[in-house]
Amino acid sequence: MNVIYGLLAISILVALVFFGLFIFSVKKGQFDDDYTPSVRMLFDDELVKDDDAKVKDKENSNNQQKQS
Amino acid sequence: MSKDKCFHCGDDCSIEVYHDDKVFCCNGCKTVFEIFSENDLTCYYDLEQNPGATPNEINGKFDYLEKEDIVNKLIDFQEDSTEIVTLYIPHIHCSSCIWVLENLHKLNKHVVSSQVDFPKKKVTVTYNTEEFSLKSLVELMSRIGYEPYISLENYGQAKQSLDRSLVYKIGVAGFAFGNVMFLSFPEYFEVTEYWLEQYKPVFRWLMFFFSLPVVFYAGQDYFKSAIKGLRSKILNIDIPIALGITVLFLRSTVDILFNLGSGFFDSLTGLVFFLLLGKIVQQKTYKFMSFERDYKSYFPIAVTKINSEGKEENTQVYEIERGDRLLIRNQELLPVDGVLMSVSAEIDYSFVTGEAKLVKKVSGDKVYAGGKQSGSAVEIVAEKSVEQSYLTQLWSNDVFQKDYNPKFQSLIDKISKKFTVAVLSIAFSGLFFWLFYDASLALNVFTAVLIIACPCAIALATPFAMGNLLRIFGKNGFYLKNTNVLEQMADLDVFVFDKTGTLTTNKKSDISYSGLTLSEDDKMVLKNSFRNSNHPLSRELYSFLSSQNIQDSESFEEHLGEGIISSYNDHTYKLGSAKFVSDHVEDASLSTAVHISKDETYLGKFEFDTVYRKGVEPLFESLDSYYKLIILSGDNEGEKPVLTKMLPKTTQMFFNQKPDSKMHLIEKIQSENKSVAMVGDGLNDAGALKQADIGIAISEDVNVFSPACDAIMDASEFYKLDKYVSITKKGIKIIKLSFAFSFLYNVIGLYFALTGQLQPVIAAILMPLSSISIVIFTTLATQYISKPILNEKLSKHD
Repeated sequence: MNVIYGLLAISILVALVFFGLFIFSVKKGQFDDDYTPSVRMLFDDELVKDDDAKVKDKENSNNQQKQS
Repeated sequence: MSKDKCFHCGDDCSIEVYHDDKVFCCNGCKTVFEIFSENDLTCYYDLEQNPGATPNEINGKFDYLEKEDIVNKLIDFQEDSTEIVTLYIPHIHCSSCIWVLENLHKLNKHVVSSQVDFPKKKVTVTYNTEEFSLKSLVELMSRIGYEPYISLENYGQAKQSLDRSLVYKIGVAGFAFGNVMFLSFPEYFEVTEYWLEQYKPVFRWLMFFFSLPVVFYAGQDYFKSAIKGLRSKILNIDIPIALGITVLFLRSTVDILFNLGSGFFDSLTGLVFFLLLGKIVQQKTYKFMSFERDYKSYFPIAVTKINSEGKEENTQVYEIERGDRLLIRNQELLPVDGVLMSVSAEIDYSFVTGEAKLVKKVSGDKVYAGGKQSGSAVEIVAEKSVEQSYLTQLWSNDVFQKDYNPKFQSLIDKISKKFTVAVLSIAFSGLFFWLFYDASLALNVFTAVLIIACPCAIALATPFAMGNLLRIFGKNGFYLKNTNVLEQMADLDVFVFDKTGTLTTNKKSDISYSGLTLSEDDKMVLKNSFRNSNHPLSRELYSFLSSQNIQDSESFEEHLGEGIISSYNDHTYKLGSAKFVSDHVEDASLSTAVHISKDETYLGKFEFDTVYRKGVEPLFESLDSYYKLIILSGDNEGEKPVLTKMLPKTTQMFFNQKPDSKMHLIEKIQSENKSVAMVGDGLNDAGALKQADIGIAISEDVNVFSPACDAIMDASEFYKLDKYVSITKKGIKIIKLSFAFSFLYNVIGLYFALTGQLQPVIAAILMPLSSISIVIFTTLATQYISKPILNEKLSKHD
């Protein structure tokens, strides 16, 4: 019988934890800008590509310097 | 001339600059590309096609950022050698922008990090101040085409904290609603089973505790508004809602206290949750726009002052006093009224009047605040302080102090009065009937009526219908301040239009040539001369004249504000104002013209005619049958014959109107109990836009600034104004129809309530069912009625 009380307490506790997380994230401003993060998360790939380009670019400029 | 598009900004290239196999329209764009390619940021061009903007010249423009007190007013945070600043950048428009601005640290190592807020078009930058400053940051951003817009508005602006209380409230209500639903579910089936009977009290008290924050926190606005309404003797819609919440809570508490039933906690939390959802839907805001702008968002923070020793120094505009000597550079705004000291100046008052043509002033002339100097730097002596200037004085008028229209009564206000009276009379007649018939049920019936009649669906109809229309309009380029504007738009009597910049476009002019025929050589010289001049008229003429061999003329002299003298093959050409070109030409016409002479013989002139926006004629015709139309113009009567011919005969026209006389005219029409919409664009319409029941600002580019108003309309949508108005009218019909639907639900509910059979489960079914069906109905119906504007949008792209 006491099991029910225990389960109720746990379930409400879990619910309250998620509720707390929600309040925390609102307070941190996570819901203020609902567009930019969706674009930003796609950029990681671009940066990797960019690093490659950097290496290539440097090689190119080195070559050019050698040529000149 | 090829029609190549600039690799950086996407403009047509008239002069081509090549770099790295890519075409650029100017050296500015090329420089930005070079900066990016040197710093491995060329990904910028892979994300979007031609994302950039041509950088403007910034010589000395941001020198005032060296002044510490100004910088301190602008930055968000400062500690040791770290500063954080948030800057507004109008050009932010695509993912490339986000990418490059968040990679600012690659361009300059002193930038620690930067974060873009796309909807607000703002970037927050953290940087190291040891070898860097706000000025260098702003200059860095300007160099890559992202010039921050810093205006007087930013100065001393209190850093407002965001109001997130509605999100918290929705969170609380949603959390409680979900949990209460689970807890009340077992009792819906009315099973008498050992386990259920055993735990009933626990479940019920848990529901009670979950609903406490809903009533006392999430729902508090309804109580506040109801009390406010009662105090001012207005029966608003929040009164039956507050009554419903109170009765729901009290009856449920009594029910579980005396073990009479499971209470209505599920309906209570659901009701508040749905109502708050409606509120958030209604609150669609365009974060990058402001509808509250005054002159402060146009004016600069600081100007260059020439002090008594003849040295230039930066001064805050509020510190300008009468008699101060100010230096106004090219493209700088005049912050105060003054007298021109330099020989001549050409001032662009397009901010104020919407008229793009330059006004010429000579030494000793009075110049008014709000104009932009175009050409070389000029000196003026201030006559008044910023707040007392001719234009800015407008804002001290009372119109700008009040922020709502007391006359306006929304649909819901009108209906809620009758509704409240009806509900209360039904509840009391039920109470008295049952008191005589079966007194034990009397209180049950009374509370049941108040619970079931709680106008959840009615309160949701307007937010969802109007909120959806607001979104659809916004997608098409017509941005409204809030849903009240929509309701007011359906109830108009008079449309007042500004002429310049509203009916006419300031982007294009119709150029016509009259005079002697020009030889090919003449044309070539003209084209070359216009090419070398930065005057706006020259630029227009340059693109007007057909392609010629580009060949530099032998000599070229530009006389600011007068014209150009250039010579080629021993011929001397004079281009410019009538007086400059020849003494014998009388300039009788009211339109702008550029005159031409060759070796002192007069050749002819290029005339610039005003171009009316597309669809003005049909728009006026269609509006004419329902509304009174008036045209208010700050200009002379030069265009009157054209307008009379073009527009319906009933259209009234007033010319030579000053900003405050425009405002008073609207006030006069309103005193005849008419609802007025003002359609305007410039700062000189600001008073009229504010005074009118609805002020609609027409804007060529909605990212740039427009005066305080209720709605901002993209200029390309102007011809559809009549369609927008008729859609709002249909929207009102939809709301009325959904009112009828929710009354139907109420009648069904009232049957259960009055016969004393209202079980919690019936309320728990009826309340969400009515709300959801109203939401679906209004959303679909508004989508359907806005087809006309959507369809046209599609066909335009075909």
